[in-house]
Amino acid sequence: MEHVLQQIGIDQYIYLSIILFSIGAFGILYRRNAIVMFMSIEIMLNAANLLLVAFSNYHEDANGQVFVFFTMAVAAAEVAIGLAILVAIYRNIGSIDIDKLKNLKG
Amino acid sequence: MIEILFYILSAVTLGSAFLTILSKNPIHSAIWLVVCFFSIAGHYALLNSQFLAMVHIIVYSGAIMILMLFTIMLMNLNVSDEVSKPVITKIVATVCFCLIGFFLISALAQTAPALETYTNTGVDFQSIQVLGKVLLNEFVLPFEMAAVLLLMAMIGAVLISKKDKKTA
Repeated sequence: MEHVLQQIGIDQYIYLSIILFSIGAFGILYRRNAIVMFMSIEIMLNAANLLLVAFSNYHEDANGQVFVFFTMAVAAAEVAIGLAILVAIYRNIGSIDIDKLKNLKG
Repeated sequence: MIEILFYILSAVTLGSAFLTILSKNPIHSAIWLVVCFFSIAGHYALLNSQFLAMVHIIVYSGAIMILMLFTIMLMNLNVSDEVSKPVITKIVATVCFCLIGFFLISALAQTAPALETYTNTGVDFQSIQVLGKVLLNEFVLPFEMAAVLLLMAMIGAVLISKKDKKTA
């Protein structure tokens, strides 16, 4: 069976990852709900992961995929801590609207 | 055949990512994000990285999304609570999105086309067997550190989200 990179090429994966990453950045700027901003961060992390896997296939090297495993571990830890912080914020302020978090503003 | 599959999967990925951001209800966002993660797992499977596809489904669609959905339910968010951003911020966000995408694509479109230089040697480099050997030979120290990191994250999450009795 022919490999997928022989048929569509690595550049299509590069473009896909770029658009996915831009969508994530767009979500960070567009929404004020902190949970949806977290989801946007996950989308950006996944864009990077997808490109790592594509290049790991391109170079036929397992190191890229091992790196993706570590990224997943870090992403899981990040989400756990981040959601815990969000719950704490919700308890104190009663909302997770990021525009209401201006206690540090003088 | 593979080409069509790739384009369908890409369309699903990008469309569901957009719907994640544009949905008003956070629960709908979470559901669309699950669709997005499944299609990315499909991309991994298309690239013949079966183990990574499975791990992606288990970790992202399973663990992370359940965590997010439970947090949304815990906070009892309603659509009416959310005030949307002013129009000028939305316009700026859209402009930034277009600029980031345009500049990255135009920068990377200058690179040499890689389709001809790719050769499939048929070496096994991404089966579970090979990945396990690489993970436990070269990367054994980061592997153990990841365990420590996850333990710290667990303890930290419990500590942060615990109710503070003194200030209540």
